[in-house]
Amino acid sequence: MSDRTNDVSNRSLSNLDLETPEKPYLDSNELVINMGPQHPATHGVLRVILKLDGEKVLGTECVIGYLHRGVEKIAENRTYTMFNPYVDRMDYVAAVSNGLGYCEAVEKLMNVEAPPRAKYIRVILTELNRIASHQLWLGTHALDIGAMTPLFYTFRDREEILKIFEKYCGARLTTHAFRIGGCQYETYAGFEKDIKNFLAFFPPKIDEYETLLTTNRIWLERTKNVGVISGADCIALGVTGPVLRASGVKWDLRKAQPYAAYSEFDFEIPTGENGDTFDRYMVRMIEMRQSLRIIEQAVNGLPEGPIMGKVPKVIKPPVGEIYHSIEAPKGELGYFIVSDGSTQPYRLRVRPPSFVNLQALDVMVRGLLVADVVAVIGTLDIVLGEVDR
Amino acid sequence: MAEEVKSPAPPPPPEGEKKPAAEKPAAAAALVAPAKPAAPAKPAGPVPLPWTSPLVEKYRSQYGSGLDPQTYLGQNYLSVDRSLIPDLLRLLRDEEQFNYCVDITAVHYPKREKQFDVVWILYSFPRNERVRVKTQIADGASLPSSVSIWPTANWLEREVYDMFGIQFDGHPDLKRILLPDGWTGYPLRKDYGILQQDKEWVQINLGIESGQ
Repeated sequence: MSDRTNDVSNRSLSNLDLETPEKPYLDSNELVINMGPQHPATHGVLRVILKLDGEKVLGTECVIGYLHRGVEKIAENRTYTMFNPYVDRMDYVAAVSNGLGYCEAVEKLMNVEAPPRAKYIRVILTELNRIASHQLWLGTHALDIGAMTPLFYTFRDREEILKIFEKYCGARLTTHAFRIGGCQYETYAGFEKDIKNFLAFFPPKIDEYETLLTTNRIWLERTKNVGVISGADCIALGVTGPVLRASGVKWDLRKAQPYAAYSEFDFEIPTGENGDTFDRYMVRMIEMRQSLRIIEQAVNGLPEGPIMGKVPKVIKPPVGEIYHSIEAPKGELGYFIVSDGSTQPYRLRVRPPSFVNLQALDVMVRGLLVADVVAVIGTLDIVLGEVDR
Repeated sequence: MAEEVKSPAPPPPPEGEKKPAAEKPAAAAALVAPAKPAAPAKPAGPVPLPWTSPLVEKYRSQYGSGLDPQTYLGQNYLSVDRSLIPDLLRLLRDEEQFNYCVDITAVHYPKREKQFDVVWILYSFPRNERVRVKTQIADGASLPSSVSIWPTANWLEREVYDMFGIQFDGHPDLKRILLPDGWTGYPLRKDYGILQQDKEWVQINLGIESGQ
């Protein structure tokens, strides 16, 4: 792992210091090193400046913005419909969730609602995407920590979800699955069968992941009591999603302020106790099982009917503003839209969960080792496309 | 035919008006209840309505006309005079349990005298309720930082500074966050073109003529 190379350079540097006693920084072992932006364990282009004492982290500073594309500026220069595919490019791992949040926000602004069938299809695809997002998180997070097998397992099984997406809308990753007012596509022939096959196929796979990790001594050593954050700190820092729940705060927007059709389904919100990396792992594992539960209820109760609501061809919301947020796989994803009555948003603000959660990195890694920084970045489950927008 | 079209048309607005009640469960019932009778009076379309609640009454009596509480599509917001901002934000957290600062952002209206709307989106875990606080400030004017109230404001305020050039007094480390440090211009202002860039920065730092 790369931290080993950092370690070597640290050692050689401090040895140098010992041989030149005039240097004023001899007394302290403080060292500032740079991690990233081109670093495999930072999941994209995140640069972290680490202040170290030996291998202990004294403080960090994140340098972000390498992927900044000005999504909010683009939104002001596109119509509501044209901007829809752009939101998929923020959290590209969970593109369906982004689309759901955006479409619902615009619908709310226009005071229209998607028909029940569209809502159910939305829930099914969004929950599938939550599983896909957690699978990608698990694979890469375990790889960072040194367990290589889960990556192959999760990517193998994620393929089944991507195949359903591809069959439904033609795209695997940036799906653009929903439209303002509902869904563009009716489900394909065999959709329900595919979903039901997946429901039978996937639970044993979660068990498989768990046999690899949950009782694995190395995994426990690397995750227990690593990156601990309290529930109060999470709230103060605005951290949401599985990270908040692993710290013992039972809060999920799907329950707290239900959107789409979530109020009609029965599911649990898993919480952790210690707020460490292991608890966050467990919370996400249980969330995958709960997502399956939601999908099962949705596919069994899938109502008949139209899939598009009464939405004009030209989307022109009345003057006003709206904030709408959903529970994305990474936390609260919100859209704040100001309309001036034209076909383009006057201002569109995205409240990205990854960006806000990343702010907690500094609190979580202080006092840990460099190798744990990698574990904590993994457990925060950030997507730099969303951090930088 | 025309009548048939008309008759399904009216239901949507009441449905929209119902939303606040569905959204805010029992915890916030007391707050929503006074808004309900006012809602059906405007079936024509959604317009911002005055927002009345114990919270509003309390601060109204305290601050008087500096406060304009409104509700639109079931979402409540307070338009507040700039001078009340530091006190009000702290009171909202300490007295009204708005312990989670969801987002801070700004909107640019170049034709207005006070060019910027700065918006705080707040959420209360105990009450399961959201509120937005808005204030208007002029270009070049500054706002007090709320990092001491909600630590999460740190990066959010940095982003507002980065994109709009709004200063936050008392911020521990106010510098650009998404754009490079040496960049000139504030991209989310309306007078900043979508293809505009800091050409000098691009030429010096990237060694190319244009980043486009």
